[in-house]
Amino acid sequence: MTEAQMLKVRGLRTTFRTRHGAIKAVDGVDLDIGYGECLGVVGESGSGKSVAFASIMGLVRPPGRIEAGSIMFEDRELTTLDPREMQRLRGKEIAMTFQDALTALNPAFTVGNQIAETIITHDKSDGSKRDRIRRARARAVEMMTLVGIPDASRRVNDYPHQFSGGMRQRIMIAIALACRPKLLIADEPTTALDVTIQAQVLDLIAEIRATLGMSVVIITHDLGVVAEHCHRVLVMYAGQVVETGPTENVVAEPRHPYTSGLLRSIPRLNDRNARILPIKGTVPEPINLPDECRFRPRCPMSADGCRVPIAMRKIGHDREARCIFAGDEP
Amino acid sequence: MQLRTLIERILQLIPVLLGISIIVFAMITLTPGDPVEIMLGDQISTPEQEAALRRDMGLDLPVHERFFRFLSNALVGDFGNSFFHRRPVSDLILERLPATIELTLVAMLIAIGTAVPLGVVAAVKKGTLIDRIATVASIFGVSLPGFWFGLLLIMLFAVHWHILPVAGRIGYDFEVPKVTYLLLIDTILAGRLDSFLDALGHLILPAVTLGLPMGAILMRVTRTSMLEVLDQDYIAFAAAKGLGRMRILIRHALTNALIPTVTVAALETGSLLGGNMIVETIFGWPGLGRLVVEAIFSRNYPIIQTAVLLYAVTYVLLNFAADIVYTLLNPRVKL
Ligand SMILES: Nc1ncnc2c1ncn2[C@@H]1O[C@H](COP(=O)(O)OP(=O)(O)OP(=O)(O)O)[C@@H](O)[C@H]1O
Ligand SMILES: [Mg+2]
Repeated sequence: MTEAQMLKVRGLRTTFRTRHGAIKAVDGVDLDIGYGECLGVVGESGSGKSVAFASIMGLVRPPGRIEAGSIMFEDRELTTLDPREMQRLRGKEIAMTFQDALTALNPAFTVGNQIAETIITHDKSDGSKRDRIRRARARAVEMMTLVGIPDASRRVNDYPHQFSGGMRQRIMIAIALACRPKLLIADEPTTALDVTIQAQVLDLIAEIRATLGMSVVIITHDLGVVAEHCHRVLVMYAGQVVETGPTENVVAEPRHPYTSGLLRSIPRLNDRNARILPIKGTVPEPINLPDECRFRPRCPMSADGCRVPIAMRKIGHDREARCIFAGDEP
Repeated sequence: MQLRTLIERILQLIPVLLGISIIVFAMITLTPGDPVEIMLGDQISTPEQEAALRRDMGLDLPVHERFFRFLSNALVGDFGNSFFHRRPVSDLILERLPATIELTLVAMLIAIGTAVPLGVVAAVKKGTLIDRIATVASIFGVSLPGFWFGLLLIMLFAVHWHILPVAGRIGYDFEVPKVTYLLLIDTILAGRLDSFLDALGHLILPAVTLGLPMGAILMRVTRTSMLEVLDQDYIAFAAAKGLGRMRILIRHALTNALIPTVTVAALETGSLLGGNMIVETIFGWPGLGRLVVEAIFSRNYPIIQTAVLLYAVTYVLLNFAADIVYTLLNPRVKL
């Protein structure tokens, strides 16, 4: 791709050194996110999605560590950025929402307090402290209205446990968006919600992306969500990217058997005859994995050629897949 | 918290306090020995005199009337006369109470003031040398008997190094006007630095001895709950918002981690009441604990009973305070 990218990640490796050995949670991930783009990241539980984006946010905690790779955000290399600079960037330029809003919001403070806190932290303008607090609180109400919380000026003083799951997710989005970040990483924004609320939250994210013109990453288990909302998709498996490309192409014609498997496992409401076929087996824990295709043990197409490390293969100008059966030249 | 729920909780205290007074009254009534005989001691008396005394003390009334009288007297602070001092029990206790309150408060301050920061540091630096030292220290703190530790301190600081006095509350040469009856405050109010330092010197060893087990327990509780809190999503989310490390530790982590600490602190303060008796006896501290120990040895029932009532009520109120603080810190809990 030739256009300028907002985020360029190359060869990212994040490892947790535990007593049982090194867990290579993220093992050589490349990814690009363009301006105004929505990227979907899919993969089963344990495939390394959260750790990959926690690494980008600089939020990996011991025993985890970024061992290799480069994370270029606009013109800054995040892996070597001064911790204080990194702290300024978090929440201000790159913001993140977590999988479970109930546990991600602090139970001891009102939601208004938690929204305003982010705003005040990143507010570098002059003015008295009282002024800034007053402005931040007004903005907290604005943000709550923006994410569709009715009666925001009253509910701003409520505690997280007083909201429903969907409303809590919206509040977390309000916190993430409070400083108008350039990039929003939404880690499974809908997993904890029921179907109708899921659609509302996703529509909200799409709407805000359009109005604020930011880039968005949606991490999810659900290729259906990606198909509906994301320009491009990145499929992860056992710490690696196994397929990437424009969503319509990948969904219409997956080139990695894992992607095909994920597609077959989406329930389709409009096609009652189609059977849901879950992929057999589970994601291996990325610890002491043999040097071969990581999907081989579960793959219906596995062959002798799969017993060596497989590199990403280019498919056309904008797609790649990590499979010996993919690629333009055999 | 709403005022209504607070009032409801206060009303709930009434049956508990009533229950306590019934038990204490039963103690008085069921104690072996005729109070009149005990009171008269070796004095020679006529049966008429004894009967008069009995009538005076209301001992001829039926039991429910006696309970009612006991309760109404207790409510206005009348607990009868001490057998030997021949003075109202309430006077004796009020005289001793400030010393005990001062000792207990300072012991609490020392315990909380060292335990919370140490617990936080131990949790943040989990597995490091600091954490291990704190762990070992807290094990010692919980398991060392108070009387042994107190004597050790006296031997080191008073007998061996002569830095601190052996016993008492303040030196004889110091006299300050009594305002609050708490010497540390009264000496400051009087503007007497020398007296203040003298009072502090007397206070420090007994307060440390008294506060040690509580501090050790609070340190463990703070460390454990802090470790648990630091693992929560909302701490990672606070970091994702771009907050500084200190703000995350103090505001987001400690506020939540202190909830169990505060609850345990309030309950442990109750056990300081028991510790007082030992510590006050060792350090010759002129407080309630020592008065009670003396009363026990001389079977001075009115004092023992009043002290039991006082301890029990204090304990109930401390539990109540723990509940309130717990609720204030933890908005999820509705009273
Ligand atoms: N703190 C940690 N210590 C050790 N291993 C970890 C830690 N955090 C994550 N891992 C490991 O990293 C791997 C990837 O985890 P990650 O949370 O990124 O998965 P995920 O794709 O986000 O899954 P999910 O869909 O369940 O959120 C897992 O094998 C997990 O066991
Ligand atoms: Mg995850």
